[in-house]
Amino acid sequence: MAAPMLRWGCAGRRWAFACVDGGSRHGLGARNDFTLSGMRGQSSLALQPLITAQKPRKGEHEWAAVVGLEIHAQISSNSKLFSGSQVHFAAPPNSLVSFFDASLPGTLPVLNRRCVEAAVMTGLALNCRINKKSLFDRKHYFYADLPAGYQITQQRLPIAVNGSLTYGVCLGKKRRQVITKMVRIKQIQLEQDSGKSLHDDLRSQTLIDLNRAGVGLLEVVMEPDMTCGEEAATAVRELQLILQALGTSQANMADYEIQRQINELENGGEILNETRSFDSTLGCTVPMRDKEGKQDYRFMPEPNLPPLVLYDAASLPAGADSRQVINIDYIRERLPELPSVTREKLIEQYGMLPEHSFTLLNEAGLLEFFQNVIKETRAEPKVVTSWVLNIFLGYLKQQSLAVSESPITPSALAELLTLLDHKVISSSAAKQVFEELWKSKSKTAAQIVSEKKLELMQDLEALEQLCQAIMEGHPQVVMDLKKGNLKAINKLIGLVRKATLDRADPTVIKKILEEKLSS
Amino acid sequence: TIGTTLKPVSAGLKQGQITPTELCQKCLSMIKKTKFLNAYITVTEEEALKQAEESEKRYAKGQPLGDLDGIPVAIKDNFSTSAIETTCGSNMLKGYVPPYNATVVQKLFDQGALLMGKTNLDEFAMGSGSTDGVFGPVKNPWSYSKQYREKRKQKPHGENEDSDWLITGGSSGGSAAAVSAFTCFAALGSDTGGSTRNPAAQCGLVGVKPSYGLVSRHGLIPLVNSMDVPGILTRCVDDAAVVLGVLAGHDPKDSTTIQDPVKPFLLPSLTDVSKLCIGIPKEYLVPELSSEVQSLWTKAADLFESRGAKVIEVSLPHTSYSIVCYHVLCTSEVASNMARFDGLEYGHRCDIDVSTEAMYAATRREGFNDVVRGRILSGNFFLLKENYETYFIKAQKVRRLIANDFVNVFNSGVDVLLTPTTLSEAVPYLEFIKEDNRTRSAQDDIFTQAVNMAGLPAISVPMALSNQGLPIGLQFIGRAFCDQQLLTVAKWFEKQVQFPVIQLQGLMDDCSAIFENEKLASVSLKH
Repeated sequence: MAAPMLRWGCAGRRWAFACVDGGSRHGLGARNDFTLSGMRGQSSLALQPLITAQKPRKGEHEWAAVVGLEIHAQISSNSKLFSGSQVHFAAPPNSLVSFFDASLPGTLPVLNRRCVEAAVMTGLALNCRINKKSLFDRKHYFYADLPAGYQITQQRLPIAVNGSLTYGVCLGKKRRQVITKMVRIKQIQLEQDSGKSLHDDLRSQTLIDLNRAGVGLLEVVMEPDMTCGEEAATAVRELQLILQALGTSQANMADYEIQRQINELENGGEILNETRSFDSTLGCTVPMRDKEGKQDYRFMPEPNLPPLVLYDAASLPAGADSRQVINIDYIRERLPELPSVTREKLIEQYGMLPEHSFTLLNEAGLLEFFQNVIKETRAEPKVVTSWVLNIFLGYLKQQSLAVSESPITPSALAELLTLLDHKVISSSAAKQVFEELWKSKSKTAAQIVSEKKLELMQDLEALEQLCQAIMEGHPQVVMDLKKGNLKAINKLIGLVRKATLDRADPTVIKKILEEKLSS
Repeated sequence: TIGTTLKPVSAGLKQGQITPTELCQKCLSMIKKTKFLNAYITVTEEEALKQAEESEKRYAKGQPLGDLDGIPVAIKDNFSTSAIETTCGSNMLKGYVPPYNATVVQKLFDQGALLMGKTNLDEFAMGSGSTDGVFGPVKNPWSYSKQYREKRKQKPHGENEDSDWLITGGSSGGSAAAVSAFTCFAALGSDTGGSTRNPAAQCGLVGVKPSYGLVSRHGLIPLVNSMDVPGILTRCVDDAAVVLGVLAGHDPKDSTTIQDPVKPFLLPSLTDVSKLCIGIPKEYLVPELSSEVQSLWTKAADLFESRGAKVIEVSLPHTSYSIVCYHVLCTSEVASNMARFDGLEYGHRCDIDVSTEAMYAATRREGFNDVVRGRILSGNFFLLKENYETYFIKAQKVRRLIANDFVNVFNSGVDVLLTPTTLSEAVPYLEFIKEDNRTRSAQDDIFTQAVNMAGLPAISVPMALSNQGLPIGLQFIGRAFCDQQLLTVAKWFEKQVQFPVIQLQGLMDDCSAIFENEKLASVSLKH
């Protein structure tokens, strides 16, 4: 299949295009590319001048990027794709290696049903056509952490094809405008992961850990429908949310690659057909080592695995053993709620703005936190949303914490918001309480309120007296007001608040002042 | 009395006429006496005696595990055996001790069979003579038979008689020699292009290649995954049926085995063949076929016809493309399957450590012989992107045509095909090595490999001795998964032809007891 390439625009064509490297270079990708919580990705992109058919001189034209992606998502399953070895991440090296994983001669692959179901679920969630018959192939290359000398993948006929992924890109100055975009999914294929090589430069040795060898991967190949790294990153984030909703894992994409290629082209260089991987320590992509010179994977059908045949309600053979067959319709009916639906529900149920629904889902654990707060307080959903997204998330971001690491529990925030809702405290006092809660886990919001004497003044008579005193003390302001400078009332309110040590509700103060002024 | 076939010896064990240990010791002593045949790479004397002891206890309790309890067997050294070295006749796997049993090995053990040892073969089963393994060639027991020696005396011969020994055929020559020389009652071979049937024919044995998918390949170190099947070598068809009955069936560890339950293989004694239709593929009459084999083939067809069977000439039109097609597919899968031997996880590793790549290269150069390396190179060539369509895809298409040839013939009403197994009887080693492995394989697999490409069951049954006193076998090919029908026809044929038993008395005087009994057994077959 085509490799990522730079294509020069033909006259008359105004659109840019590039091909994803469908040659599937997992073999390379599995090496030193980035891994974040079980999902690895590679981007391929091409840049193209939009104006001319000729190669532009330096600086003469703008470049348009097209980005295609191949995402490797590790399937969360108890055992590996073709063997009974457990899948586990913190296990001691080489402790999860079956005879098959170590490629002992004579061992044969046995397909893990759970991995097939995961692929079908993902395919359905991404609007793919599920192939009722798919095939496995061997992809050959020599590498120390690939014990068999080949990877079993789905090159000719993958399990799912022709899907789409819809994602929302936030636009505008305040990023309040959400635009829906779509990227086509070329295919989803099942394949084996490789092991890990650890290079000991000191002793010039390579150590091999085969725990990961043979773990099931879903390779999701996206068409080059995206135009910038941000789009790509958003699409990947959406894919990640979908996989999580279905029961798979996370990823991160490098935005770095596009700028690198732009720079390269601007400097008159040429983009080589190469696969680069993202080095998370260096923060840049690096060319992956070419291990066999010109790569020819010598694909061959995997003779030890019969075609993978799936059924739907119509094709299911009568009396079929449900343990032996996979029914696509059965899986479809049981698909969990997808993030797009969750967002719609949030918008509908809580009157939430679309961009808020995106933020709630994009931050791991934030939605659950929000829902737990909502459950325990009667505060307005809009207030809860605002507190969770602005104040709570702001504190987390400031200290680079994950939701799971928050010092404040949903119950604590709920209690605080209830106090606010019941007008026990002012919203500025609430912020003070929040800060206290963040610092000391042991205290409740109510304790902090009473210790710091942050309750709103409930004694109306006293407040009236105070207002009277302030008015009397500032006759000039009262005069201004009476002359029609209505804004002057704010000065009085401020003075009263100050006198109450900020414990009075400004709306109540305003009301008292207005009554007194009109009387 | 104890015969040399399974049934009588199994009965003898049950009746206590002989104990498993006695039987085991007899076979061990035969192994020692026939050591020069080079049939075994590893003799597992200790394990065999231990297994015999266990078996003896079961018989003492009157609870044998089955017909194979206490029966000495041998296993080709490309089946994984737990804690027993499994070499594939290659430097690459010298010293490799698998941590698990192949499913077929385990099934034999579960039936109480005694493992006498691991038998010699061509390196990684690539060959048709059992001459190209790192442990040296296997000698055909018939080289030392009374039948062959007597014929030779009549003719003027070279002075150097000892260097004139015959090859066994292969690649399962060690297993064939082991059964033929009475060191065991049955042996496992493997059959990818004829590797079980070919040595069976050349050593006067029954050799069964079951339908692809009937018997598990798990633990069989692969040559060509899409064609390999475990094969069975025995001294009669009934014995093969017993072993096949034990081995057949679904294996969760081999996804290519059939899901349907397999019934036990009981072979009825056919008396009437008038409802049978025997097909004679005309393309199998090739110029290279020896006149003796050809005339026996005709005789066999006449035999069926004379007993009322319908014998018709049939056509398998793509036969002539078969061997080339086999070569492309075989080497391609070999290239893939051999990729795992890199010196890292198991097997041979060279001393060079300048880089991983240098280590791979040297390890593979030291570990594989020229035949294996040659096939790896060709296979990788065929799989290259630029050659894939021209060779691999085309060969796959031809394979389909060949398989369809058989389907068409069987759909036309033919029950069983009758063909030669080999072009001629066994040839002397010195003659054999005049040609290279590739040429020999192309010649010797000519009648056998198409069956593997089509996944069909086939059996070689010894028919008669040649003018030189050497065995000649014929091949029956059946419909896919109609192994039982195939064996039933083979059994009828075996009964008609009364193939003589090998006479090794001169060679092994003091082990006469077993051979005398064996004569009785051959007599009893006539009933």
